[in-house]
Amino acid sequence: MELPNRGGFNFDYSVRNESLSAKTGIALPKAKKTGTTIAGVIFNGGVVLGADTRATEGPIVADKNCEKIHYIAPNIYCCGAGTSADTENTTALISSKLALHRLATGRSSRVVTALTLLKNMLFKYQGHVSAALVLGGVDLNGPQLHTIYPHGSTDQLPYVTMGSGSLAAMAVFEARWREGLTKEEAIELVHDAICSGIFNDLGSGGNVDITVLTQDKVEIKRGYDKPNPRKFRRERPYEFPAGTTPIIAGSEIKSFLEERITITTLKPESMEI
Amino acid sequence: MMISPSHAPKAAGPMQARDFDMYSNNGGTTLAVAGSDFCVLGADTRMSDGGYGINTRNYTKLCKLTDKCVLATSGMQADTLALQKNLRSMLQMYEHNNGKPMSTPAIAQWLSNTLYFKRFFPYYTFNVLGGVDDAGVGCCWSYDAVGSHERCKYSSSGTGQQLIQPLLDNQVGHKNQIRAIEVDLTADEAEDLIKDALTSAGERDIYTGDYADIARVDKNGVHLSKFELKFD
Repeated sequence: MELPNRGGFNFDYSVRNESLSAKTGIALPKAKKTGTTIAGVIFNGGVVLGADTRATEGPIVADKNCEKIHYIAPNIYCCGAGTSADTENTTALISSKLALHRLATGRSSRVVTALTLLKNMLFKYQGHVSAALVLGGVDLNGPQLHTIYPHGSTDQLPYVTMGSGSLAAMAVFEARWREGLTKEEAIELVHDAICSGIFNDLGSGGNVDITVLTQDKVEIKRGYDKPNPRKFRRERPYEFPAGTTPIIAGSEIKSFLEERITITTLKPESMEI
Repeated sequence: MMISPSHAPKAAGPMQARDFDMYSNNGGTTLAVAGSDFCVLGADTRMSDGGYGINTRNYTKLCKLTDKCVLATSGMQADTLALQKNLRSMLQMYEHNNGKPMSTPAIAQWLSNTLYFKRFFPYYTFNVLGGVDDAGVGCCWSYDAVGSHERCKYSSSGTGQQLIQPLLDNQVGHKNQIRAIEVDLTADEAEDLIKDALTSAGERDIYTGDYADIARVDKNGVHLSKFELKFD
């Protein structure tokens, strides 16, 4: 008999997994985390969001240039720290819900709507969805900046940082933030905060991504700064002549597609009423 | 509703002192390549706190023991300091007693014995010893934490070991290539390869980076140089 889909997480295997890993010594698979430094700042007329681009699996860099600033709505973007899969899927889900909501209401989305959808979902999962978000956007109430924690609590602040590099970034903000920043000053401040995370936190690295949101437009500056180019490359290339790898057996698989495709040009027809 | 293991009530027992971890790994990568009349060693200089923080960007993992021998150590730097102190004092005594510096193969054996001496409270150190023997032939030994050692033509250790060792196997050991042209590397080629290896390890290992020390050991002595790695 099929049990009804209760939603949420199923913990039925958690005791069995723990005892198996203890008995065999095989470690449970680790989720890929983003390490991360993300930050946001409000300025006169908009919001600047910033993020580093390193994704880690334990001590190894899995992606040197991943995107951590996610699209939520044309006027709302969200930086994500924590487990990559969780931040990607959470932001995509709420973005999708908001798109449907815009169609239903005929209005552009409000930041607090995205905020409420995100916090309600994260609270429902009791912190098991490990997503720490910096949500920024501009709507009819002006520019807004929020943080959302994995358990579902939120703050609204003029400057925020999240992730393992949040302390390094916040140190820069606390030293140099003031009210009434211009757009250029805000971008420079966020850039410096992210750089502080990139260089002083081992979980963050790579490039600085910046997104600037204002009433009328969004400027996506992917790779705004690339302060970490590779420093040394040997001149002699690594070359392997043909035949370096022994071929044990081979077979040729012919493509069958060419025989199957027929190309037909259709005459444009008027739609029937 | 299922109760997850973390919420299950813990069994009451006698009061215990809080355990503390005696070891910590300060991270970093070392490697060595030995040739017919030289040995080149490389080691990064980043020292981390075992988590996401950096203690310092500029702490050398190389230790010049004699004019013909250099020790590269990754792991816990506190234990490395103690081990180096031990080694240096022993080397001085040997020179006074025997009228000559200790030969590299002799140091290699002595290091293994020193490490095994603390078999039941080990030095948390992953050593690579490199140098030239009395005949001027390049040599390199790799160790585990309790002294198991093996002489080899190349070796790496530390947090970047798993990234670098396969590269060395292929480029220095000519492994996994049929009909490979098995030419021994010159000292300059070995140094370039080591720099490339450390740079590549620095890209993918968060504990490797900042700067790297290169030590070239041949019959003329030990020549040290430094080059830059990424700071992120």
